[in-house]
Amino acid sequence: MDLSTNYLGLSLKNPLVPSSSPLSADIDKIKVMEDQGASAVVLHSLFEEQINFEALEINYYTTQHAEWFPEALSYFPEPEKYHFGPEEYLEHIQKAKAAVDIPIIASLNGVTDGGWLRYAKEISEAGADALELNMYYIPTDIYLAGAEVEKLYVNILKAVKKEVAMPVAMKVGPFFSSTSAMVKKLVDNGADGVVLFNRFYQPNVNLETLEVVPQVILSTSHDSLLPLRWIAILYGQISCSLAASSGVHTAEDALKLLMVGADVVMLCSALLKKGIAHLSTIGQDMQNWMEQKEYSSIEQLKGSMSQKSVPESAAFERANYMKALHDFREKTI
Amino acid sequence: MSKLLITIDGNEAAAAIAYQTNEVIAIYPITPSSPMGELADSWANAGKKNIWGFVPKVSELQSEGGASGAVHGSLQGGALTTTFTASQGLLLMVPNMFKIAGELTPTVFHVSARTVASHALSIFGDHSDVMAARFTGFALLSSNSIQEVLDFALIAQAATLEARVPFLHFFDGFRISHELNKVESIPSDTIRAMINDDLIIAHRQRALSPDNPFIRGTAQNPDVFFQSREAANTFYLNCPNIVQNSMDRFAALTKREYHLFDYSGAPDAERVIVLMGSGAGAAQETVDYLCSKGEKVGLIKVRLFRPFSIKHFLDLLPLSVKIIAVLDRTKEAGSIGEPLYLDVSAAINEGIQEGAVSFSTPPRIIGGRYGLSSKEFSPAMVMGLFEEMKKKGPKNHFTLGIYDDVTKTSIEYDPTFNIEPKEVVRAIFFGLGADGTVGANKNSIKIIGEETDNYAQGYFVYDSKKAGSVTVSHLRFGKKPIHSSYLIEKASFIACHQAVFLERFDMTKYAEEGATFLLNSHVGPDKVWDTLPRSMQKHLIEKKMKFYTIDAYKIAEQLDLGTRINTIMQTCFFAISGILPKDEAIAKIKGAIQKTYGKKGESIVQKNFQAVDLSLKNLYEVTIPNRVTSTFERKPFVSEKAPEFVQRVTAKMMAGLGDDLPVSAFPVDGTFPTGTTQWEKRNIAQEIPVWDPEICIQCNKCNFVCPHATIRSKVYDPQFLVDAPSTFKSTDYKGKEFPNMKFTLQIAPEDCTGCGLCIQACPAKNKKKVRLKAINLSPQQPLRDAERENYEFFLTLPSPDRTKLKIDTVKGSQFLEPLFEYSGACAGCGETPYVKLLSQLFGDRACLANATGCSSIYGGNLPTTPWTKNSQGRGPAWSNSLFEDNAEFGFGMRLAIEKHTLQARELLQQLSGKVGDALALSILESKQENEAEIIEQRKRIKLVKEKLSSFQSQEARHLISLADYLVKKTVWIIGGDGWAYDIGYGGLDHVLAANYNVNVLVLDTEVYSNTGGQMSKATPRAAVAKFAAGGKPLPKKDLALMAIIYGYIYVAKVAFGANDQQTVKAFVEAEQYNGPSLIIAYSHCIAHGINTGQALTNQKAAVESGYWNLFRFNPDLRNEGKNPLILDSKPPAIPLEEYAYLENRYKMLTKSRPEEAKKLMELAQKDVKRRFHFYEQLSHLEF
Repeated sequence: MDLSTNYLGLSLKNPLVPSSSPLSADIDKIKVMEDQGASAVVLHSLFEEQINFEALEINYYTTQHAEWFPEALSYFPEPEKYHFGPEEYLEHIQKAKAAVDIPIIASLNGVTDGGWLRYAKEISEAGADALELNMYYIPTDIYLAGAEVEKLYVNILKAVKKEVAMPVAMKVGPFFSSTSAMVKKLVDNGADGVVLFNRFYQPNVNLETLEVVPQVILSTSHDSLLPLRWIAILYGQISCSLAASSGVHTAEDALKLLMVGADVVMLCSALLKKGIAHLSTIGQDMQNWMEQKEYSSIEQLKGSMSQKSVPESAAFERANYMKALHDFREKTI
Repeated sequence: MSKLLITIDGNEAAAAIAYQTNEVIAIYPITPSSPMGELADSWANAGKKNIWGFVPKVSELQSEGGASGAVHGSLQGGALTTTFTASQGLLLMVPNMFKIAGELTPTVFHVSARTVASHALSIFGDHSDVMAARFTGFALLSSNSIQEVLDFALIAQAATLEARVPFLHFFDGFRISHELNKVESIPSDTIRAMINDDLIIAHRQRALSPDNPFIRGTAQNPDVFFQSREAANTFYLNCPNIVQNSMDRFAALTKREYHLFDYSGAPDAERVIVLMGSGAGAAQETVDYLCSKGEKVGLIKVRLFRPFSIKHFLDLLPLSVKIIAVLDRTKEAGSIGEPLYLDVSAAINEGIQEGAVSFSTPPRIIGGRYGLSSKEFSPAMVMGLFEEMKKKGPKNHFTLGIYDDVTKTSIEYDPTFNIEPKEVVRAIFFGLGADGTVGANKNSIKIIGEETDNYAQGYFVYDSKKAGSVTVSHLRFGKKPIHSSYLIEKASFIACHQAVFLERFDMTKYAEEGATFLLNSHVGPDKVWDTLPRSMQKHLIEKKMKFYTIDAYKIAEQLDLGTRINTIMQTCFFAISGILPKDEAIAKIKGAIQKTYGKKGESIVQKNFQAVDLSLKNLYEVTIPNRVTSTFERKPFVSEKAPEFVQRVTAKMMAGLGDDLPVSAFPVDGTFPTGTTQWEKRNIAQEIPVWDPEICIQCNKCNFVCPHATIRSKVYDPQFLVDAPSTFKSTDYKGKEFPNMKFTLQIAPEDCTGCGLCIQACPAKNKKKVRLKAINLSPQQPLRDAERENYEFFLTLPSPDRTKLKIDTVKGSQFLEPLFEYSGACAGCGETPYVKLLSQLFGDRACLANATGCSSIYGGNLPTTPWTKNSQGRGPAWSNSLFEDNAEFGFGMRLAIEKHTLQARELLQQLSGKVGDALALSILESKQENEAEIIEQRKRIKLVKEKLSSFQSQEARHLISLADYLVKKTVWIIGGDGWAYDIGYGGLDHVLAANYNVNVLVLDTEVYSNTGGQMSKATPRAAVAKFAAGGKPLPKKDLALMAIIYGYIYVAKVAFGANDQQTVKAFVEAEQYNGPSLIIAYSHCIAHGINTGQALTNQKAAVESGYWNLFRFNPDLRNEGKNPLILDSKPPAIPLEEYAYLENRYKMLTKSRPEEAKKLMELAQKDVKRRFHFYEQLSHLEF
């Protein structure tokens, strides 16, 4: 059984890749991921905003009352060195590289042009095998047109690609007027792959305290349907790697996504819920299914159910909605 | 070899040498010496080595007494050992100093000389501390400048090893310890060359060692003690020559020449001044000036005061001298004269008697005092003294620098006399602590001092308030070394970093002709002229000044720099002053930014770079019109309604004119009226709370948390609203206990600091817009006038009847009048809500003993103090004794009260017939268990006094003087964790154990807050503090448990931000408990690296995480067969790090030493679990 696949030019032993999550912030857990069959690991994201914020916060609150009162010209000892920002992350890349044999994909979320470039370069120098640009961006400005947002994505990608030689994937959300065109634009501007999709944290309201509270809701298999549709549509139309992210919890979820055209499937919620060992369960179940159905390789099934490969290509389009509605009516009448 | 010039302050100079030449350093923080210990600790943490290639061991003790004991022990162990201290700290070291000297042990103590507290505490500089240690047998070596501190620290170290006499090396607190100046550094080769290793080995060979055992420290009897004491004489006789030899060796190495006494002036001087310390700078300048005019004057600077070498002194004195004036920076009340005067008098007398010197006519010697508590000492004063010395009958035992209109000791001088060289750039900056002015100026001095050929000096005057504090920076730059040891009187550059100062301070009075004035103002260059008061416009025109303006806050806001306008104003200074070519200056500022902020993150560097660029674009020169157009003047500092003393004395201090007050203005014994903060309207809040009566649920939580008692509520009869101002708000009272009454929540707009704690505490939200609460912040300026009127009216409303209030509830307690108001504590202070609560509950019958620290500073630092009295004239009686003895001090108060109460009861029994048996009996039997009973008792006492007033018997007179003690008094002993856990613990333990009815309130900020955040035993594991830069490795001391173990002490742990109701309950129970009580109160603090305006979150998280357990241990419960321990908080519900990493004291370790942070946090989490488990078990024990 040949489970190998290719993602971002990296030859992977199978298509199961733990996605960017807090799990990969721990070297020991990365080792477990490898042991349990992960073919590559995407590290947790380096957030430029967080680095900047922490630096500003610590500087502000440890010096806010300095040179103020004659008996206390300062309130904190001055450390010889601070490990703000990327040092720790870069060290983590090096440690991860040293600890495992599988490729290590770094993840970056920047806020300034300088930040994207500087950190991308440093990540590359630290030895990451690839870089995922985590485009976690919520445009709230009512005067900011969609085209401008798209331009922002493209500019960052172009600049980063110019700065680093390693493969770069774009992890994007599903909220574009034309997801297909947007992905095409990214590929045209050098993206080696796209990761579909980023699941944004959704804030919630606490009725008791009347406060807006952050909330992390882990995905379910149901959430895999969104990337499933778009990967099916994009497969064969663009010349870059496709990673499916969101809702991969079972071998069935993974197989479906691979069959519509994903090169790899990325897992996060499933591992948080069931533990890292769940990776090997999925891997084994996939193999069992493939053996049962007499598939010989991932390459064989990859894209076999993409929009181009199925008899009714409209099934992935609007008709799908119409049909679903029709079925629903039939059932309820 | 080229000289290496560095720009440092006196503390750093002393610490640098001490660190390099010692093996062990025992420290304890005390102003102004704390930075020496802090530097030593930080160097050791960074692995910096001494001249032998080893990192010295730096260890913090629990007091200066402890530090000196450790020094003594370490010296006996043969290690080169030092310490740093000042003032009371030095006094605590005196017993050990006798021992160390008696045992001929080489060491150098570095002392930034500070006033010893007498009628008042003062943190500032004079020689009263070192003079109180002059009889210990230590040699006393005085440094008169930063350069000398560096040099003499080394000379002292070299000399002590050879002489075996220990040295006290001192320099003036603040004027030298905190002045920045450019000096020549001492290369380590020179240090190495000065220290003789043979002497170090000899010192080690004298050490206690079981391999070579002997006994030292015996007890001796009358037969031999005396002789044995005299056996050391030779060492003292040799000491002066050894010091001179060290100075000579030092001169050979560095070309800087010193002598035990240095003379300068005319060789044939007739008038000679003798002094030591920083005043020598001003004296030297004046002598040089007078000599250049041909006057025959001279100056002797004393370096080695002990052992005093008569020979060296007399050798130096010109035989032409006719009069000598000896200046002492100390006061020895009752003595013939101050110490230096007596020594000089005796030296000359001995010299004459023994023929060592032969004057044609022996000179007249006069002595006097100057510069107590850092009082200015200027060339004008020196000039005044030289003029006095010309007189036939000059004053002896004079004072210089003040106006003594009582005993007429003061010497007159012309304050306009000014000899500052024109070529020196002299700049004065008026700023706020919060805006970073001082930091920026220190940076400028470093730039100019270290990156140009110029010499630079900086001295900084700070406020005694911790919120809205004003700073004044005095900077000098010039081509020659700067020795002017006094404030700038005529400036070539004046900067006002806060437009609000225009209405407070006469800043341009310091301007010389042609000077430049820079103003930070939000008003643009076109209109800024109109914002200046008339007198300032006049100065600008008449002195032909230049005027520049910038809106620094606008730039800071754009760049998200908060209130820090330091970089912006620094850039303007360089751009205008022309000290450096503009481009060069900008490049150097950016270089300094990179240096300062580089390690703190690129984003901070970039923001400051942007600030520089934007500053240059937004700096405008204002054309000064040729006539005064302003329609207003600076306002008087206090209302005309203020009492006479406040008008005459306090107001002058507030205006910065305290120096002008004569001796007669002051109480003779340090006794001041209370309740003076109410007259100091500081208007420091940018925004103040505005009440929305529609939303308010009248819970009083906002006033409960207010650190400054500036948000208050009253419930009152509607009839009082008749004269209410038009904007005064009122609503129906919602509680049933006061039906048909009105309720008002009122802000004191001019006293509020705008911290926002009240907003955070408010539980009521606007249903239409949840970001709005029942109180919301709004800009102060537009509200000021109306709210001032409203607040004045509010204060006239009657306070609710105390007997009808449930004072053991949050709501009820907050209707009680606060008798602690508008203190100088930090905005959002975590201590003062407790202190205020105490004043509300028991203030009208409380005696307070307050340990030195934050609470004594915001509670008792002039010009104005917050403790006040109620409408009946009653209020807390407050005093501060020392740092270390507070429990004992309060205990003494209790003893006096008990004794007086007992005597009063006995006298009442004796006089029962005269006052009426029934009345006497009702007084004697009154239990006074609640407010109503106490009020009744007061009425009875009033009656007793009236009845007794017609009797003239001794007993009646005594009873009248003691009758008030028949009303229950409460003693509260207040202090911080530095006192309770460390320096005062021995006394606290004793007082608690003594089982008297005292109440102890520990305001636990978990560090020494007042001296700048040094570790105490209350500091939690994993938190960073000074002296714990790598995170505190050990858990917090459990003071509560140590008290609980006694079994008869009421103990509570409270955190008002987590559970306000439990806090009130604990206070009331503690006071009711007829025995010792201890309340340990979680006090959030700026030293935690937090936003204090949001600190209720921190308090809640501290409790939820189980870090801070709330409980009450009430021994009375045992009488009811119950377990005395009641746990008021739940088991840990969140991980410790969820609380800890809200605070930068913990968080910074994750960025400075991530591995260590992780390890310590794991241990700290275990501490939490273990402690809660322990208390939980304790609370379930059967009693």
